[in-house]
Amino acid sequence: MSCALPAFAAATQTEPAPPFAVLMELTHRCPLRCPYCSNPLALDPASAELDTATWKRVLDEAADVGALQVHFSGGEPCVRKDLEELVAHATEIGLYSNLITSAVLLDRPRLERLQRAGLQHVQISLQDAEAGGADRIGGFKGGHAKKLEVARAVVAQGLALTINAVLHRHNIERVNDVIDLAMDLGAGRIEIANVQYYGWALANRAALMPSRDQLLAMDAAVRARLPELAGRIVVDYVVPDYYARRPKSCMGGWARRFMNVTPHGRVLPCHAAETIPGLAFETVHDRSLSDIWRDGPAFTRYRGTGWMPDPCRSCDHQEEDWGGCRCQALALAGSADATDPVCELSSAHADVAALRDRDAAALGTEWTYRGL
Amino acid sequence: MSTVAPHIAESDRPRLAPGVMLRNDRRRGQWMLMGPERLLVLDEMALAVVRACVGPDIADVAAGIDRLSVEYDAPRTEIAGDVLEMLTDLRNKGYVVT
Repeated sequence: MSCALPAFAAATQTEPAPPFAVLMELTHRCPLRCPYCSNPLALDPASAELDTATWKRVLDEAADVGALQVHFSGGEPCVRKDLEELVAHATEIGLYSNLITSAVLLDRPRLERLQRAGLQHVQISLQDAEAGGADRIGGFKGGHAKKLEVARAVVAQGLALTINAVLHRHNIERVNDVIDLAMDLGAGRIEIANVQYYGWALANRAALMPSRDQLLAMDAAVRARLPELAGRIVVDYVVPDYYARRPKSCMGGWARRFMNVTPHGRVLPCHAAETIPGLAFETVHDRSLSDIWRDGPAFTRYRGTGWMPDPCRSCDHQEEDWGGCRCQALALAGSADATDPVCELSSAHADVAALRDRDAAALGTEWTYRGL
Repeated sequence: MSTVAPHIAESDRPRLAPGVMLRNDRRRGQWMLMGPERLLVLDEMALAVVRACVGPDIADVAAGIDRLSVEYDAPRTEIAGDVLEMLTDLRNKGYVVT
């Protein structure tokens, strides 16, 4: 007699609702070297990347599994010469194309080619509101000016523009300037993206973590502006993990809304999932995205609520935050099976505050630039 | 820039924002507004409002409300407020621009 049985039965007999989007990390190559890159520390080399024909097949499978959108990401997806061809293929089979880019390799002619191929939306990351800080942390001289030039071209062409503004200890005071800049560029949306500590960012946490005072000032500044920004620019903003009382609904719930395909074809429930030991990941060479989505072991492992420990198991918020982030539970509580310790109901929540305060007080400025 | 953006008015001519399209997803059996990294599922009423009041071929919102009033046999005064509220919400979520 096992009380886990009904949940298991439900998980195997019910087809999961299709994913909303598939994130395709076309490459890990990138001209920028941001120390908060979300790519894994062990990067896939160019020689291991899927070829054009395979990516097209994966796009077909994304449409088959019921995804509506594709996010061409990386690394820097524009290093791929076949980006236009892949966007055109996505358009042909009815997928909505987003390009997640640093923009430094783009120019007007290529943007025009991508638009003709059916690209709808360009998301450009900014490293700061001003060139000095931006180029220093991105490790790419002239990058900021190039990004602004490309952002204006995106809007002039009638494509949707999102600015992804990455905030950390060294630029968080300029949050208002970054919002002003996004509006001046004509962005329809800004993501106020406080660094999330995965991959390279986790390794560089002591050089990036803002102080509590910085965090409170940023939070107050953003909240004060939200009413005037409504109807002018869409603002995506959440309190950064290490200062939050409740966890984010990471990826909208494990294996509920997104699939991620790495440069050499591993299929993941999220881009950081490979950090979790003991999860078996399939590749696009093993089975179709539909099969992997339905019953791939890494996808079913934390889908839904059946896996949840206390306090999630009995929590009213379990279908709002889905237990938070598995990778963060691993990094901070030592087990991917635990409640995300960002949650104040987690027994490890105090440890997160201690880590945060230690790293914020370290005042380190020496970060390790991303490699490759 | 320090004031709250005004509600959409009957004289406005809203159109879909860049990167936003109206789609019928047959697999899910739903109409939706598809936009940058997001989508909004439309119920029957929301779909009717978008079709009547948003787009390059619309004279203005007032004309759209007139049409909806006839189509749904509903007094104009009863629906006008709801339509403007819905359009303002769509604009604040980034699906519609004026």
